[in-house]
Amino acid sequence: MSTETLLKRERAAPPPASAARRGGRGGPDGRGNRGGGIGVDRPGVGWAVPAAIFFGLFALVPLVLVAVLSFATWNGLSAPEFTGLDNWKKLFDDPVLLKSLWLSVLLTVLGVAVQTPLSILLGVWAAGHQRNRAVLSAIYFVPLLLSVAAVSVLWRAVLDPNFGVPAQAKWLFGDGNLFGHQASAVGVLVFVSTWQFTPLHTLLYQGAARAVPQVLYQAAQIDGAGTVRQFFHITLPQLRNSIITSMILMVVGGLTTFDTVLILTQGGPGTDTTISAYYMYQKAFKSFDYGTASAIGLLLVLVATVISLVMVRLSGYDKMRSTMEGL
Amino acid sequence: MTHVETRTVRRRRERPNYLAGFGSLIWLFLVGLPLYVMLVATFQSSSDYAANGPLAFPEHFTLDNYIDDFNNGFGQYFVNTVVVTVCVVGIILLLVPPLAYAIVRGRGRLTSGVFRLFLLGLAIPAQAVIVPMFYVISEAGLYDNLIGIILPTAAFAMPVCTLILTGSMRDITPELYEAMTVDGASPRRIFFRLVLPLSRSGLSTIIVFSALQAWNGFLFPLVLTQSASTKVITMGLYDFQTEHGVDIPGLLAAVVLSMLPILIVYLFARRALVQGLMGVGGK
Repeated sequence: MSTETLLKRERAAPPPASAARRGGRGGPDGRGNRGGGIGVDRPGVGWAVPAAIFFGLFALVPLVLVAVLSFATWNGLSAPEFTGLDNWKKLFDDPVLLKSLWLSVLLTVLGVAVQTPLSILLGVWAAGHQRNRAVLSAIYFVPLLLSVAAVSVLWRAVLDPNFGVPAQAKWLFGDGNLFGHQASAVGVLVFVSTWQFTPLHTLLYQGAARAVPQVLYQAAQIDGAGTVRQFFHITLPQLRNSIITSMILMVVGGLTTFDTVLILTQGGPGTDTTISAYYMYQKAFKSFDYGTASAIGLLLVLVATVISLVMVRLSGYDKMRSTMEGL
Repeated sequence: MTHVETRTVRRRRERPNYLAGFGSLIWLFLVGLPLYVMLVATFQSSSDYAANGPLAFPEHFTLDNYIDDFNNGFGQYFVNTVVVTVCVVGIILLLVPPLAYAIVRGRGRLTSGVFRLFLLGLAIPAQAVIVPMFYVISEAGLYDNLIGIILPTAAFAMPVCTLILTGSMRDITPELYEAMTVDGASPRRIFFRLVLPLSRSGLSTIIVFSALQAWNGFLFPLVLTQSASTKVITMGLYDFQTEHGVDIPGLLAAVVLSMLPILIVYLFARRALVQGLMGVGGK
């Protein structure tokens, strides 16, 4: 894929906050009236109506309802009954919820900390000219095609305490029961997410690294800068926008990780890997306490949005600060 | 390419980065090992697997695991997944191109308002609205019905698809629109004769993306269906694991079956798939 298309794509798909702001400027395509000569017959809003109705019904209505239901008690059978702040009060006295929030944050932070350097290195490497690079990248890409369910089932089998790899390598894995202790269970969750999603971020960085102007490296070489210096002084700063995009994806993905936990650890041992999204699922579809579950859901939406906004702000990404400085 | 550039490129090639190469080999091992374990496990009996361990090569080659999976309903799950995937892609192809066209070419506050609505949709994680989704689908009488999975899956694929397609439609130069307008073409004619043919790459990207979403979907089927007749493959995997968790070769054969179609497509259309996912940059 050409770097140019990727750049365009990246520009076309910034994180929600900045995009919404940009969408507000001028016409919907941000082009003002360019190319819109007199008498040009333009498509009316009718072209957008079917999609808008469909999307409204199945995405926006639920979003509004999650807020409404968070103030109601509903067991899934009788009609929801409004009980004000009851759910919220109950939640903030709930030690499992507080623990689940902490675990969500922990898993997300660990995920970002492990995946970011790994995918930057792999992406920059894959953007280079090494032999076998094409073949290797093709293999690296496979985990991304698999469903989270398939990946989780696969790793559950590979790491099975009795029949899996740990049983064969006790010198490395201790008693072999990785799912039986909090630290190792959290480790497994981070590892499996890394395994599945690093290829995606690698791909992002690979495209971005290819887009770095070769001129910069040539200048650096003339100045006598080595590979390492070039990496830290040219590649990394040039990847800034991709780093933010990728990190926001990781944070939102991390906070809402659910299937991995359901299949790999069922939140256990005890509640040691019960992250918020999984706790919400349990509250709703195991304890039939849909009101409390909605409150957790709303909490997740809010936290994810706030983090994205803060990251976008802090990074200056919303101003689309150019990486072309000094060119 | 100038002389200087040719030389630097060659020099960069001559000095391979051993450290990065070594790291990439470790990663190859990490990606390859579970895939190897999975494949060799599926070609042996449960007892052989238990006796020889996950890393051993099968002594008695057998396809029984795959046959058993089909006897356990995987054929039905497969058909259901195909139905869901085809319908989701169909809905996306029906609704998103006109929407993107209106966003890119339309004027007025309403169209830009609609665009902002879809950008907002990017920020909604499906997990967070699963309870009200369950409510909406039950109220609509679509619980435990494939349609009940298809509709929300398509809705949640829409924002990203819209972004991708508007991106590729913006690449069409205004001159082309003007030329067609001068010839007296209506917006409808422009859409079918100009916009659709020229945004082919964007269209294939959204097909890839929505098909992957539908094929690999887990949460909506988990919460919105329950009987065997509406099970999709991912649900089959999940149930299989909770019910026959000990039969690891059988379970892994089911994993292989679940990803086989995608892997075959990947083998033949790697470029299109990678390009598609690259444009997505996320889930």
